Amino acid sequence: MKTPTTKERVVITGMGIVCPLGNDVPTFWEGVLSGRSGADRTTIFDASTFPTTFGAEVKNYDFRLYVRDSREHEKCGRGPAFALGAAVQACRQAGIDSETAQPADGIDRTRMGIYFGAGEGAMGDAFFASIIAGWDAQRGQMIWQRNTELGFACMEGAREVEQEPNMAAAHVALLTGARGPTRSCLTACAASTQAVGEAMMLIRRGDADLMIAGGAHSMIHPLGVTGFNRLTALSTRNDSPTTASRPFCASRDGFVLGEGAAVLILESLTSARRRGAGVLAELAGYGSSSDAFRVTDMHEEGRGPVQAMRAALADASLTYRDIDYVNTHGTSTQENDSIETLAIKTVFQERARQVPVSSIKSMLGHLIGAAGAAELIASVLAIRDNTVPATANLHDPDPKLDLDYVPNIPRRMPVNTVMKESFGFGGQNNVVIVKRFT
Amino acid sequence: MSSARVVVTGLGAVSPLGLSVEETWAGLNAGQCGLGRIRAFDPTGFPCELAGEVPEYRIQDRVPRTYRKAVKLMCRDIELAVMAAGEALANAGLITKATDPEKVNIDPTRVASNVGAGIICCDLVELAPAVAASTTDGRLNLRRWGKEGLEHITPLWLLKYLPNMLACHIGIIHDLQGPSNTLTCGEASAHLALGEAAQVIARGAADVAVAGGAEAKVNQLMMLRQHLLGRAVAKAGDPATICRPFDANACGAIFGEGAGMVVLEGLGQAQARAARILAEVAGIGQSQSIGPVRERLEPDGRSLQIAAAKALADAEIRPEDLDLIIPHGTGAPADDLAEARGLAAALGRAVQDVPVWPTKSMLGTTGAAAGGLDVVAAVRAIGESVIPPARNFDRPMEGCRLNVVTQRREMRIRNVLCCSYTFGGQTAAVVLKAWEGATR
Repeated sequence: MKTPTTKERVVITGMGIVCPLGNDVPTFWEGVLSGRSGADRTTIFDASTFPTTFGAEVKNYDFRLYVRDSREHEKCGRGPAFALGAAVQACRQAGIDSETAQPADGIDRTRMGIYFGAGEGAMGDAFFASIIAGWDAQRGQMIWQRNTELGFACMEGAREVEQEPNMAAAHVALLTGARGPTRSCLTACAASTQAVGEAMMLIRRGDADLMIAGGAHSMIHPLGVTGFNRLTALSTRNDSPTTASRPFCASRDGFVLGEGAAVLILESLTSARRRGAGVLAELAGYGSSSDAFRVTDMHEEGRGPVQAMRAALADASLTYRDIDYVNTHGTSTQENDSIETLAIKTVFQERARQVPVSSIKSMLGHLIGAAGAAELIASVLAIRDNTVPATANLHDPDPKLDLDYVPNIPRRMPVNTVMKESFGFGGQNNVVIVKRFT
Repeated sequence: MSSARVVVTGLGAVSPLGLSVEETWAGLNAGQCGLGRIRAFDPTGFPCELAGEVPEYRIQDRVPRTYRKAVKLMCRDIELAVMAAGEALANAGLITKATDPEKVNIDPTRVASNVGAGIICCDLVELAPAVAASTTDGRLNLRRWGKEGLEHITPLWLLKYLPNMLACHIGIIHDLQGPSNTLTCGEASAHLALGEAAQVIARGAADVAVAGGAEAKVNQLMMLRQHLLGRAVAKAGDPATICRPFDANACGAIFGEGAGMVVLEGLGQAQARAARILAEVAGIGQSQSIGPVRERLEPDGRSLQIAAAKALADAEIRPEDLDLIIPHGTGAPADDLAEARGLAAALGRAVQDVPVWPTKSMLGTTGAAAGGLDVVAAVRAIGESVIPPARNFDRPMEGCRLNVVTQRREMRIRNVLCCSYTFGGQTAAVVLKAWEGATR
């Protein structure tokens, strides 16, 4: 492989979001700063008898507002539909033309790529109908032929393929014409932080000038909620959806499942200067690691998160003393919030209790594959506005957790460098560092 | 240590031709066909009842003794991945926690894992009792599901089916604590994972990586989807001759399952531990086709042209320096023709000369595993100085100018180009190069 001659600086030149707090960046940020919650009763399907009856849904969103030809996207699932809106918003801000068939923005499409952390789609009615048709309950076996015949009669290929996790990237490619390196990854809750980190590396290496990077996911569907409910990972505080996500609280009882998409335009500084694009922040470092511990649990000393945080600092040529704010994974599960706290203490040593750390999942919910990118957008805005977002719903602090979690009220303070952490089920850990562009 | 040169030092494979690299390569080398009637479920009702299934195995026998209890959390995709990764690490001479915790000869924090995975289909039989308990008037009743059905689902059910669990299990078994990613780009996943792993090493984030892909596509829902998309062979036929990449009588793809994994190392690391170097990862190229998301390539193969040209440029070689191309070549006529056109555009006049050896007539289209198995085949071809005979190719489809070679050739192989593309449009090309220096 060719060795890159120069190491490109990578900057952020556009951002877009479709999420439970709003369907554009200003509304999202206003929601975060005002402490609004995106959680409410589940409306996407009838969850009234599930252990958890609420979630943080995207509301009043229509992807057709963003695309040239809605027929090309009409079969897409929720995640890819959200990705379209978030990507177009980000492209507009960055001056990438996704809205005319022959874009006149002068960007070489073979030098523009896509990297999404994205998940699978929802199983439809035909899936369940085929199981019902094929299952012989008395004998406890599947009569496959019946199942197959119903599948052929009821399923549609063009809709089935939309279940694939690479569809968010595919739809955004179709819209933007991006022909450079295009990838989709799925490292659970850490996926979009990983996507942003690896996309940055593709630019640094010179494989692309611009990357449309981020995440798109919705697991608010019957099997998704079932899976998380069976793992007892979700909050079951059904009487109070808006206060259910309470990271670092003593009474936290699980995360609040959200959905959405968040997209950042990453660009080499050379390209941004050439195009005259406005720079929002610099992406300075990325670190990734694997717990390699247990399928079900995080390593008790936070070994993986510590390694990823240190790797990101080293990559950015920074030390923990340079970090002004940590935007945590902070899911509101017992395990994550304890171990993340421990990991921050290990890395930040004597500064651990001084550096503000907060979780906007307290308002946003957990966007799973899209979580990291959404929270990275908040991190960029924290730098822009010199304001650290709060951890909402933090009224009964866990006495064992003793960091400065910025409870309930955002804090005005100089913010130049932010660490963003994401940890996935299965032990993949990803951390990026974003800093003020100077 | 940062090393822009990344080499292959270990291979692992599980395929319809066998449970190891040796068996898989022996089958490929002899031009054997691994396809047959589906055993995993009763395929009656499908227009074609064929697939490429891996031979029988007992997963308990193929994981460390201490890990046997964990196999209940492993779906078939995970099993295949774990087997191939284990073989690749052993083949590289790396001792991990799984093989001998006392003699581990790598720093676990410096080993990455980049694995290509498919969308994992949950076991319908496992789900059926929950569905049955929630059915009202022949339809799923979600209110009953939430109360009664859900209780039939085993608590850790979700963890069996997350695509990143392939890398997760490999990482736990072998204690691989370095960067880890799971690429979910359909049939291009393994090449993209391999490319990313090479770049992880090149930038100094790891010394060693396990890279490749695995997927178990032989289940009823996955097969149904392929048929509904119109790619699969839609008629009965002889498994030995039905899958015909680039042939005038090509009539569709046959799907299969497997895993192909390699161990990559920075050159410095490999030399420092006197590892046996099998090949060099010389070039990576990637692009994207722009078209309806269910399609793989544009008719002119433009994305493949771009990806192949980028891979050649990255490897700093010319088209005529290639001695072998292992194409994606599934046997689906429109895809094969588009791939042939893309390669012709990328290679220019050289396209008529470079031997082309499609493997899917023997292995089937194995989804996220496909690129991994092809890379293993490419490295073996380099090592053995042989191009095995292409199977089921009598005369080229109209418009295909590829030099598909049906006679076995023994020759020095310097550079191999492997290609892949997928629904969703991701397109990848990898150049593997014979190792010129001392092999150990």
